[in-house]
Amino acid sequence: MNITDETEIRAKIRAFILASINLPGLEDGDNLFESGIVNSLFAVELMTFLEKTFAIEVGPDDLDIANFQSIEASAGFVSRKRTEPSAA
Amino acid sequence: MNFSTIGVIGAGNIGTGVVTDLVMHGIHAVVMDISEAALQKAETEVLKNVRFAPVFSKTLPRVTRAEATGRMTFTRELKDLAGCQMIIENVTERWETKRPIYEQLDVLMPPEVCFGANTSCLSITKIAAATKRPAQIIGIHLMNPVHLKPTVEVIRGFHTSAQTIDVLQALFAQLHKQAIIVEDLPGFVSNRISHVFMNEAAFVMQDQLATAEQVDQIFKQCFGHKMGPLETADLIGLDTVANSLDVLYESFQDSKYRCCPLLRKLVDAGHLGRKTGRGFHIYPTA
Repeated sequence: MNITDETEIRAKIRAFILASINLPGLEDGDNLFESGIVNSLFAVELMTFLEKTFAIEVGPDDLDIANFQSIEASAGFVSRKRTEPSAA
Repeated sequence: MNFSTIGVIGAGNIGTGVVTDLVMHGIHAVVMDISEAALQKAETEVLKNVRFAPVFSKTLPRVTRAEATGRMTFTRELKDLAGCQMIIENVTERWETKRPIYEQLDVLMPPEVCFGANTSCLSITKIAAATKRPAQIIGIHLMNPVHLKPTVEVIRGFHTSAQTIDVLQALFAQLHKQAIIVEDLPGFVSNRISHVFMNEAAFVMQDQLATAEQVDQIFKQCFGHKMGPLETADLIGLDTVANSLDVLYESFQDSKYRCCPLLRKLVDAGHLGRKTGRGFHIYPTA
């Protein structure tokens, strides 16, 4: 995983979120849930998006809100899953 | 009373949530809808809800896909509900749609079975009058996401018996839910107030006073609400919101419940909210 990949992942996640929520000032580290920016229904959409877009699988041990609470956290999660030996 | 099988009529947003809640708590759901497409979508959504539930709740039971699938039966035939211990009805918020269902259920189901009417506006007393078991009809106003909401507004119709309330409380005990029991007038407590909010937010949009994002952010970040009125309307479905406003307007004959023309226009345009990908907000599809 290089910086270009990480940047690209963040950009795709950001674009997905901003397509739904008009908050151009959203920072990569902003907590999406604590601030009330999104709700649990959107979180399910986000997780489904991450799986489809980055060809990863959110497994039972990954079901922690900390993995998806921000653009930064989601991108980090995707990066980790893509480097796992069993990743698609 | 211990529940093992519940009949769920209507596989829309709330019906899907009800099924999710039931299967996560080990109760078999017999799900009836006239639309095969709605049933298929409901199954997909339930499995998605069950899979991702641990992200939002550490207390909900963990249920495998196989377990969830095994606890659901889908049908387009009302008669397949005959063996259920209780019915939760979640069809469209229209009297003409609900009435024939209750008339048929009343003939089909054993006399001791209670019917929970999931409505946000219609009179429980009126629904009960369509049956010969008015004491066993109770209003259940479930809200999204059903499996994550610990509390439910429950409505006692004019004839609803204490025994029926006990039956519902027993089901809620299995689902780890609490009931707030209120009396029966259109809109009850929640929608009588919330729909005025949502409708007025639509008028704010019509008057171009602010963007949809601004309206919702004010409610979330200033009032501390989890969702703003416009995204709430989008989640409920703008058609459902308009129908509920019509019921309130007709019931109270009060102009404060008149449906905002912009809201009606969006419904006519097919922009019904989250379920169609666009309402006051636009929703990306994954």
